Amino acid sequence: MLDSSIPNLGEDTLSSLIFKNATVRGAKTAIREKDLGIWQSWSWADVAEEVKLLAGGLAAKGFIRGNSLAIIGDNRPRLYWSFAASQSLGGIPVPLYQDAIADEMIYVFNDAEIEFAIVEDQEQVDKLLEIMPQCEKLRCIIYDDPRGMRHYDHPAVVAYEDVRELGVKFLSEQPNFVESELIKCRADDVSVILYTSGTTSKPKGVCLTHKACIEVAQGDMGFDKYTDDGEILSYLPMAWVGDHLFSYAQSIVTGFTVNCPESSETVMIDMREIGPTYYFAPPSVFENLLTQVTIRMEDASNFKKWLYETFMGVARRTGLDIMDGKSVSLKNKFLYALGNMFVYAPLRNNLGMSRVKVAYTGGAAIGPDLYSFYRSIGINLKQLYGQTETLAYVCKQPNGDARIDSVGTPMPGVDIKMGDKGEVLVKSPGLLKEYYKNPEATRESITPDGFFRTGDAGFIDQDGHLKIIDRAKDVGVLNDGTMFAPQFLENKLKFFPFVKEAVCFGDGRDAVCAFINIEMDAVGNWAERQGLGYSGYVDLAGKQEVYTLLQDCIEQVNQDLAKDESLSGSQIKRFLILHKELDADDDELTRTRKVRRNFVAEKYDVLVKALYDGSNTCFIETQVKFEDGRTGTISADLKINDAKMIQPTEDLTV
Amino acid sequence: MNDTERKLGPTILKADNISLAFGGVKALTDISFEVKEHEILAIIGPNGAGKSSMLNVINGVYHPNAGSVTYRGNVRQQMKPHEAATQGIARTFQNIALFKGMSVLDNIMTGRTLKMHAGFLAQCLYVGRARNEEIQHRKKVEEIIDFLQIQSIRKTPVGRLPYGLQKRVELGRALASEPVLLLLDEPMAGMNIEEKEDMSRFILDVNDEFGTTIVLIEHDMGVVMDLSDRIVVLDYGKKIGDGTPTEIRNNKEVIDAYLGVSD
Repeated sequence: MLDSSIPNLGEDTLSSLIFKNATVRGAKTAIREKDLGIWQSWSWADVAEEVKLLAGGLAAKGFIRGNSLAIIGDNRPRLYWSFAASQSLGGIPVPLYQDAIADEMIYVFNDAEIEFAIVEDQEQVDKLLEIMPQCEKLRCIIYDDPRGMRHYDHPAVVAYEDVRELGVKFLSEQPNFVESELIKCRADDVSVILYTSGTTSKPKGVCLTHKACIEVAQGDMGFDKYTDDGEILSYLPMAWVGDHLFSYAQSIVTGFTVNCPESSETVMIDMREIGPTYYFAPPSVFENLLTQVTIRMEDASNFKKWLYETFMGVARRTGLDIMDGKSVSLKNKFLYALGNMFVYAPLRNNLGMSRVKVAYTGGAAIGPDLYSFYRSIGINLKQLYGQTETLAYVCKQPNGDARIDSVGTPMPGVDIKMGDKGEVLVKSPGLLKEYYKNPEATRESITPDGFFRTGDAGFIDQDGHLKIIDRAKDVGVLNDGTMFAPQFLENKLKFFPFVKEAVCFGDGRDAVCAFINIEMDAVGNWAERQGLGYSGYVDLAGKQEVYTLLQDCIEQVNQDLAKDESLSGSQIKRFLILHKELDADDDELTRTRKVRRNFVAEKYDVLVKALYDGSNTCFIETQVKFEDGRTGTISADLKINDAKMIQPTEDLTV
Repeated sequence: MNDTERKLGPTILKADNISLAFGGVKALTDISFEVKEHEILAIIGPNGAGKSSMLNVINGVYHPNAGSVTYRGNVRQQMKPHEAATQGIARTFQNIALFKGMSVLDNIMTGRTLKMHAGFLAQCLYVGRARNEEIQHRKKVEEIIDFLQIQSIRKTPVGRLPYGLQKRVELGRALASEPVLLLLDEPMAGMNIEEKEDMSRFILDVNDEFGTTIVLIEHDMGVVMDLSDRIVVLDYGKKIGDGTPTEIRNNKEVIDAYLGVSD
């Protein structure tokens, strides 16, 4: 099919690089998927061929330059290929979150004028058929998994296999069609539109270019020395910038292997089998893993417990220094090596992280305990800072200089300056071209001199590390003039394993009050240990014992805040535990699980009032929305507790 | 679902005037009914109506005192359960009967036993035919695992699984023998609504994808009415109703005996 020399495929675009990979490293494995219990592999040459056939099939179906292709489903090789197939025809892939509710999907389909969609399975086909009447342009739905699809005779629905067949036929008539379309693609064409979840308003389509993706991937590759014999596991939503960059663009630019898990439930097992060398996960995933380890250690035999606790102590004392390449005493080195043999190495193996060279986390703050846990057992976990609009390319922690309280130093090619209210302004090679069909939002977000307004408040310290405090617009003041950074407080609370989410209020008020969401697993486990019976979430959340437990957490945070004079005033005075988990389906969280604070404040207005008027209980009835669109209600009598405020001077005596 | 143009084939199983007694207790009296190919037939009735006995007669565990069973054209009165199995009849049990200490994969693999032909020695040494055979069987088992969406528990010992999943594994083992006729004894007993919905989905999918004929016993009337093409109602060992869900819902005798006396 392809010449042995590198063919002329026009400017470097993500799709043309796939065809180059097919010549440069044609036999190397590009992607794997576990199917029927066995890992199936495709080489770069196979991938190029598949992409070409799918592109031919799409063209035969009438997909032309400038069309958009919606991509919805779990991480599947065919869905990744559909990015490349649409790009090689000059089209634009638009990945969507598969758990998005109907309204959000309709909005995106109409906003991006999507005519074609490729989805994973019956579930997604059903969803699209249901919203089809409201999506004016949508006319073709391609599905990957044929299961349960036999009786569908809707004219718009077609199997991936059939589209591929069409491609075979189409390309036998016009063998050079894909290449001729590829040559017309420009590096600064839009390569993908990623819709941001929108903490405040309707989602916005972030247009990123081939050039941005390639430059960012090259920058990351140089910084972390990625090589083409690396392995990654792709299990995060394809609509998320992190996955698009890491599993798609980075894999194409570096040439490493992408592994698709068998199903979302088997990720842990698959991870152990693959042993990825590079790993990327939001803090919540690291937190879940640690919670599981902790719970399992609680149930282990006494000897194992002792071994674990002893050597985790060693790791806490010396692990971080060893990871950072600092010198440690011979005795400590020996103890750490012993610990590595008995605890850390088996633990890393159990987590599927034995071969991890670099692990990243980002998107939200990571707790200090969590962060040092992974680093101290020999996993090079680092933080990065970036957003969809900058292709997650702003700051990363350099090897050997990773600090918990900073998000690292600016990446090569990135320029950072500070705007009003300490807002971080960024110029990055990964900068978006524009918001799709939204020049107003584009003007608001990009300064005339080409800097993106991140909306985050932060500062660069004397060593050149960027520190982020909060969202710039959220930083407020209490009535007595104390600075109030809600996210800062919420993160401190969320670092406790018992706290899943927290929402703090205080701007323009006399004191800080908080809503708490308990972490069902951890609190449930604790309750079992205490012999505390409960019937479900609502019941557990309302227990006085649980209130006492959380009051303790809050008082620890207050203690911590008291140490800092400027923050001491923003200690948490009163709190309540919510009767339901904050949920993206109820619009309380964004799809990336960030709290929409203003929405929550409005929705639970009664509760906020009760927090500030001194009452001890408050009745609340809430409507909840299920994924299929049905609604139900939950009601409860919520208790409100006071937390002890610590005087700054008190701490000095301790 | 039921409204698709699923074609029912000829009669696959026919029970003629079956009577079964244990000493003086009459479990079944003069029962006759037919099952068509690709049909989902439900047998319902109060406790002790003789439902499980009927299934046991079909797959040869009990031998009726009178009457005969015609299966795919062959009339028979005496048959051993393993003969039923070789003829393509598989079943699941009211009380789960899996090997608790074995993995899900191995449990389902046992469902393939009848299809293994290699000699004992060849299987021990894992050579030649045994090896190829094992690979084929494993592939089939993996297809079932995929079908039932239990990939994540493939290697988990069955005893550690929650009840709903064990039921699903048992269905998997029955499917592994590629049955023509599948007998399900209370496949949804003790499940919550979500598990019931899943199981119903799987039963319909089995019937649809593989064309398997299904005879099931179930107490949940909602499930029975939704799933079945036809329902046979037993009461004290006698057949008191036979027809489509709508007919059964309007059958006076059935309403009085089972669904509750209407005012």
